[in-house]
Amino acid sequence: MTPGQDQHAPVMTAHRAGLAGCRGCGRVWPESETICARCGGALVPPDRRCLNAVWAWLAAGLIFYVPANLFPMLKTSVFGGLRGSSESTILGGVVELIHYGNYWVAAVIFVASIVVPLGKFIAISWLALVAGRPATVRQAHKRLVLYEIVEFIGRWSMIDVFVVAILSALVQLGFVASIHPGPAAVSFALSVAFTMLSAQSFDPRLIWRGLPLRSRKDPE
Amino acid sequence: MLTEGAYDLTTGAGLIACPRCDALHVERELEPGETARCVRCNTVLASPRAGAFTRIIALSFTSLVLMVGAVFFPFLEISRMGFGNQTSLFGVALAFSHGALMPLTVALLGSIVGLPVLRAVLLVYTLLPLSRNRRPFAHAVPAFRLSEALRPWSMAEIFVIGTAVALIKVGGLANISFGPAFWAFCALILVNAASNAFTSAATIWDAIEDAGLPTDGREIMPEHRA
Repeated sequence: MTPGQDQHAPVMTAHRAGLAGCRGCGRVWPESETICARCGGALVPPDRRCLNAVWAWLAAGLIFYVPANLFPMLKTSVFGGLRGSSESTILGGVVELIHYGNYWVAAVIFVASIVVPLGKFIAISWLALVAGRPATVRQAHKRLVLYEIVEFIGRWSMIDVFVVAILSALVQLGFVASIHPGPAAVSFALSVAFTMLSAQSFDPRLIWRGLPLRSRKDPE
Repeated sequence: MLTEGAYDLTTGAGLIACPRCDALHVERELEPGETARCVRCNTVLASPRAGAFTRIIALSFTSLVLMVGAVFFPFLEISRMGFGNQTSLFGVALAFSHGALMPLTVALLGSIVGLPVLRAVLLVYTLLPLSRNRRPFAHAVPAFRLSEALRPWSMAEIFVIGTAVALIKVGGLANISFGPAFWAFCALILVNAASNAFTSAATIWDAIEDAGLPTDGREIMPEHRA
């Protein structure tokens, strides 16, 4: 089906052929074109220029992740504050849940709000750092899998924002108990959105740009 | 117009580049049920399914009906010691409507209600003429492109998992009962998942092209098959 059907042979890419492939629909155009005539998407050559946007969005996400962890996510008051009113940050909320024995929920929140965002910052930085560097086929496959995980999992960090929204809408029992959202909710939502944009700006074709034109001693 | 299997390495006609790794493939019209994968990175390039367009349209209409129910019926109800509170989806979004948190309300409503509705409408608009073998409506191309761009931002399924987590969190604090909107939302997730399984962007672009949008004579027409 391809010129170069064989896995071991170097693969002809649109860029090497002096053409531009559309990332939206796959159509191939001469390199001079800038807009895909089929889907209207912009035709961008797979070069390191896209990394500027990746780093910029990533920095924005990182900046907003700091107040998201320092400020309270939830403000709870029980019995009009007589039984104590508490402000809990993301980490504080997880600790509280463990304290009450809700290990499963604590794990969900901990993974979605702390492990996944931090993992994403590290994964995107690494992908952007090694983008375009020489790689073997096996390394390239690993990087693509990592990119797909980052792309898929990014949205799921929003879960904590939704939890805060549902809790503060639902738990409005006047004197008995009430929950209000804290400022961390906004900065956390922004942080997640910016990292999603960062992952979207990354061009996965860069992962494959690093492959040598002729596969020299590929163990594959 | 091209015959199948013919390609031109100087203009790129008759070729498909993998969106993930840029590997070139010779374009071929697939039979329903076939799946084309990239030879290098194994990304799915196209997977046409028999009757997929009609099904996506039906599922989009279903999700619109369910969304009306999800928005207007009560979502969750909570009670403790005679104090009770009921909330709808709008109530959830309006939880952030005080002061500085206001923009989050808009974002929240958008990602759980607005974008799923907009995507369903755009898909119906794009696919309705295609499913009847007619010419696509004007602006079908930007409509479908917008629908694809909005895909990661439509977060209805994440919201449902968020609901589950929130319920376990307040479980010890008060009694909770589900409203019809909650079940409508759960059904919505299944409908959206089914719709996504049938959607293959490359196939839809191909269908838009074959149905008569001017694209430089690069479409492969069935009657011109080699």
